[in-house]
Amino acid sequence: MSDRIKQVVMPKWGLSMREGKVTKWIVKLGDKVSVGDELLEVETEKIASAVEAGDAGIVRRILGEVDTVYPVKTLLAILADEDVPDSEIDAFLSTYVPPVAEEGEEEVSAYQNVTLPVGEIRYAKYGDGAKTLIFIHGFGGDLDNWLFNTSGLADQFTIYAIDLPGHGRSVKAFKDPSLKGMADVVLSFMDELNIDHANLIGHSLGGAISMKTAIAAPKRVSSVTVFGSAGLGADINMDYINGFISAESRREIKPFLEQLFFDSSLVGRQMIDDILKYKRLDGVPEALRTLADTVFKGGTQAQTLADAFKATGIPLLAIHGKDDHIIPASHTDVVKGFAKVELFADTGHMSQMEKSKEANALIAAHAK
Amino acid sequence: MARNLSMKDAINEAIDLEMTRDPSVILMGEDIAGGSGGQGEMDAWGGPLGVTKGLWGKHKERVMDTPLSESAFIGAAIGAAACGMRPIAELMFLDFMGVCFDQIFNQAAKFKYMFGGKAETPVVIRGMVGAGFRAAAQHSQMLTPLFTHIPGLKVICPSNAYDAKGLLIQSIRDNDPVIFCEHKNLYASMADVPAEAYTIPFGEAAIPREGKSATIVAYGLMVHRALEAAETLAKEKIDVEVVDLRSLSPIDMDTVIESVEKTGRLVAVDEANPRCSIAADVIASATEHAFKALKAAPIAITAPHTPVPFSAALEDLYIPSAARIADAVRKQVK
Repeated sequence: MSDRIKQVVMPKWGLSMREGKVTKWIVKLGDKVSVGDELLEVETEKIASAVEAGDAGIVRRILGEVDTVYPVKTLLAILADEDVPDSEIDAFLSTYVPPVAEEGEEEVSAYQNVTLPVGEIRYAKYGDGAKTLIFIHGFGGDLDNWLFNTSGLADQFTIYAIDLPGHGRSVKAFKDPSLKGMADVVLSFMDELNIDHANLIGHSLGGAISMKTAIAAPKRVSSVTVFGSAGLGADINMDYINGFISAESRREIKPFLEQLFFDSSLVGRQMIDDILKYKRLDGVPEALRTLADTVFKGGTQAQTLADAFKATGIPLLAIHGKDDHIIPASHTDVVKGFAKVELFADTGHMSQMEKSKEANALIAAHAK
Repeated sequence: MARNLSMKDAINEAIDLEMTRDPSVILMGEDIAGGSGGQGEMDAWGGPLGVTKGLWGKHKERVMDTPLSESAFIGAAIGAAACGMRPIAELMFLDFMGVCFDQIFNQAAKFKYMFGGKAETPVVIRGMVGAGFRAAAQHSQMLTPLFTHIPGLKVICPSNAYDAKGLLIQSIRDNDPVIFCEHKNLYASMADVPAEAYTIPFGEAAIPREGKSATIVAYGLMVHRALEAAETLAKEKIDVEVVDLRSLSPIDMDTVIESVEKTGRLVAVDEANPRCSIAADVIASATEHAFKALKAAPIAITAPHTPVPFSAALEDLYIPSAARIADAVRKQVK
């Protein structure tokens, strides 16, 4: 393939994505685009998002049709500079061979289980870069909450994403449902996988767990990045927490999930079905209740960690959506003196998903 | 952890987990423990298709072979349920239910109503339904409309292994009589199934495919035919939504109506015979409640009003095909 011809292909966002639907072209033929410009919108079973240009150039061919579903890696558009003649592009297309999908290999290798003192923990591993990142999801979440981040950063880092106890496909019980107990799980995970030190990236409750882990074992944590983090102030949207725990049907849970995003249309059927599948496992509602009653005891966050974390001297990056309805963005004020704080406009609680491009660039720059 | 499991294994696992969790759960049926003249565990059949194989070894006397008398053992299961047990009675082919209609329709389904709400009958009657197995007219029927007609019975017919496990566990824990219909041609179908116990509430349809221009409502094996039709239609730029009812009584008409209000078109698919079918019921309800949204007359795609033929060629014609379903949608969008 000529390297003057740049392909835009159907992306693969997360392990389970096999195909995506082109819903809208943001650019048109002849537009000049730079790296990072949004080219088109793609909808998957889980979420809708924009595909960004990985290369600069002029949009010379648009091949993906709107409202059509394509397998991942399908060629959707061609970018090339002005001086590339049409004949060269036509020649490229006439000899173009679509990539053969690797059936299931990635899934088998990426999701794994490890037995820790707390029980069986599921995790995913991607990439083999020199620096290690460990992603820790929030209350009621799972490792797939990081799908845009792990897929975006796997070419630079060694990445682990874990399901906390009580979550995802991990054990549905806790030894200790406090932040300290969860930090112990993270450390025992690092011990078991021989990870001496790592950059921790946490979302919401996972942010507080990341900070708690750093406080407990500062030598093993190179840096911490938190999104919409707990552990910085007292407020927590208990309507959301209680609603998430008690909702039993699609109709009941949808309005709660919509509170997580600035653009509530991101909450698709597959996302709702996946969360219900998790919540319907025996023991999950009870586990979530136990956890909430411990970490959000009396309707406020049980611990604020800013001072203790500051004392560790570990670099902190705190990212928060300005429109976060679960934990207010003002909580980041307490770390402004020593941490790098980034507030995203038009962004809710799921800032790592909603603004994944910006989030990934910040994570990569902050990692030690 | 999730594994790829067949529907047969998912059903076995659901029973095993509930028998382990709750000592009042018992399993009764023909040839489920020892098999014909067999040596116990070594020869345990687990029923004619081996669905309950291995359970006798684990749960011993709580897995009971019954005499070849459906009226007797279904009556016994209902009586045991009324007295505090949670029996799962395997009726092999649900076609045989005719000989125990009184026990089910007049007794189990009526106890709660006739005893002032004080009597619970937590019995699950499960067995095979559906055609395509070359098993002729008496072993191939889809009798779901008969069961659904009776107030007091809950009727479930899953389309995949994940739903089968969650709905069967829900059925076992439910305090009312449940008729659990297992399509024999889905036993080998595979799905991602968590190892843990989980439940799926009754009366909640699933939407295995979202679309904007037509709604296909189906259950059991027909969900797969509907998805196949939707796949074909997608190539013609017809964007079809598929609703899997899963639970026929109670039935989730809200989801059907919401979908029809969005798409304006309804094809109801049913492997049962057409008169008084689930398809007829769905169409009547949707027409009544979403009339203004309809852009075309709803169409029912069902088996013909005949017994299931023994001739393989005729049986294949008898079962609604993806091509017939797709044609119905094409007719509506024209």
